[in-house]
Amino acid sequence: MDEKKEFRTMSGVPVASVYGDGPLPGEFPYTRGIHSGMYRDRLWTMRMFAGFGTAEDTNVRFKDLLRAGGTGLSTAFDMPTLMGRDSDDEWSIGEVGRAGVAVDTLDDMIDLFADIDLGQVSTSMTINGPAAILLAMYVAVAEQDGVERSKLNGTLQNDILKEYQAQKEYIFPPRPSVRLVSDVVSFTTHEMPRWNPISISGYHIREAGSTAAQELAFTLANGFAYVEAAQAAGLNVDDFAPRLSFFFNSHSDFFEEVGKFRAARRIWARWLRDRYGAQDERSQKLRFHTQTAGVSLTAQQPEINIARVAIQALAGVIGGTQSLHTDSYDEALALPTEDAARIALRTQQIVAHETGATSVADPLGGSDYVEWMTDEMERQAEEIFNHLEELGDGSILEGVYAGIENGWFVGEIADAAYRFEREVNSGERLIVGVNSFTEGGDEEIDLLSIDPGTEDTQLKRLKEIKQSRDSDLVEKALNRLSVEAADPEINLMPAIIEAVKVRATEGEIVQALESVFGTYVEKAFV
Amino acid sequence: MSKKENAPIRIVLAKLGLDGHDRGLKVVARMLRDSGMEVVYLGLRQTTEMVVTAVEQEDADAVGISMHNAGHLTLAPRIVKALEDAGLDVPVVVGGIVPESDLEAMAEAGVAGVLGPGSSAEDVATCVREAVAARGE
Repeated sequence: MDEKKEFRTMSGVPVASVYGDGPLPGEFPYTRGIHSGMYRDRLWTMRMFAGFGTAEDTNVRFKDLLRAGGTGLSTAFDMPTLMGRDSDDEWSIGEVGRAGVAVDTLDDMIDLFADIDLGQVSTSMTINGPAAILLAMYVAVAEQDGVERSKLNGTLQNDILKEYQAQKEYIFPPRPSVRLVSDVVSFTTHEMPRWNPISISGYHIREAGSTAAQELAFTLANGFAYVEAAQAAGLNVDDFAPRLSFFFNSHSDFFEEVGKFRAARRIWARWLRDRYGAQDERSQKLRFHTQTAGVSLTAQQPEINIARVAIQALAGVIGGTQSLHTDSYDEALALPTEDAARIALRTQQIVAHETGATSVADPLGGSDYVEWMTDEMERQAEEIFNHLEELGDGSILEGVYAGIENGWFVGEIADAAYRFEREVNSGERLIVGVNSFTEGGDEEIDLLSIDPGTEDTQLKRLKEIKQSRDSDLVEKALNRLSVEAADPEINLMPAIIEAVKVRATEGEIVQALESVFGTYVEKAFV
Repeated sequence: MSKKENAPIRIVLAKLGLDGHDRGLKVVARMLRDSGMEVVYLGLRQTTEMVVTAVEQEDADAVGISMHNAGHLTLAPRIVKALEDAGLDVPVVVGGIVPESDLEAMAEAGVAGVLGPGSSAEDVATCVREAVAARGE
């Protein structure tokens, strides 16, 4: 706790670091926060997600964000990269560099992080199906710059289970995909101790339409599933669990969100200690990133989204988040402009420096309503865990596999999404600017447009790399990879690192793995 | 394509390309179903050819595609043309994030309707009905 600095309200009233009875913040089960001093000791990381066009374009945006006071990088990849396809793949046409940055080979990754000291920044990479490949590239870039892998800070999303449930960016079937996740966990546990190998994400589950309690429960269940998978792969829970992190949505129902975040910490602490045998308190402490709810942003009167984002950001902070991305007001329409991204970052800075929300840990703790809501979120989540446990004959991992296979997750999410839509439609639920208070704000706002030349530039670059590399080395590396993929005892990371270094493309590496793992095709559930 | 009077409209719904955002399309599927239409839901990662085949096999009256990836200017015209090439006089309605500045280009490409975020169940059903009716004239 900060002993020297006295914290006062705007009017000069001195305030304590926490109010109420125990368990206090920093004490099991951490309902009230994972640190005793919370934001007095350290603000959350203001981590703004960015990526578009070529690696060079995104590199410029990264450097802008760092200059503007951002403290971590967060990379958005384009759809082909997320799906493990090269820019010259037939499926990639029209999508190269559009919704994120295009990365085909190590050279793109080198450009993406040019002039940024990877030993100093922390980098989050939002990628799942091909996560191991992008991590391999990041390690290769750093080592080329003389930064040892053990010094790297960052987070790989690498949460494949929620892809089958919500975001749908899967490549291989669930079981071999979870093996890849476990390989990454095992690799970073041994070689990259400062790296977070999975960001277990409820964000996309919520965006796809789930309720707050479903977001909470599905996400934590996925977390338990990864713990079970890593334990089955021979890892000791306290060796990897401290590095698992979470990623939640912060939506507009302020108190429900705060209750959700508090319940998440309590459930994780109890389950890790009591069920998975974690002794290290760092294993029991749930750390999370928050992003404001993209789905709540309206295309109508887009400027009013700034207010939504501010309220959602405050909920994340009151809920005790470790890092935060605030959405830009124009994101219902396009990727954010630089101006809109700046306003979003400024919104966090207002919460941090003007509201006083950072002076006291868990300021809503002890509120009858918020405590009740926290209990209620936990109760609903426990019901869902029971269901999954039954599905999996006592194993949450098997229950999650079963719920994916029989469409349970997607059905639950689609039901909730439709219920919400009908409430909006009937006027039972008011959305400002959409079904109420619709006057005004008709003037068009400036939107980011992606240079249509991006695709050509990227294709040309990829062609050049394919021509200049040593194709024998590429072939050898890809062969090694498919041989090792067939043996579940072998960790695939070393072979993937070798492949990216000799300039095998992301798509080629994925194909080598697909030849062994197969491809996942979702049944079309409505 | 002449249909029996009063037969429910049959619509093929699909997502083209790699984009996996299917919340909107699933909601639309249920909206259209609740408004009395027959929905053939193809789901994710459909190709132009898969959609054309489904329209033929299902004798569909309309196609709805959903996009959130800024690929609409590439993919929507392509599907309109593929349907025409297959001799199918079926309107294409696009839902998702389409900036206002692209609406004209979408209309020029032969897209029958665009449904943006916040469209109500009624907007969606009306858009499809009108698009189908316009073809019948």
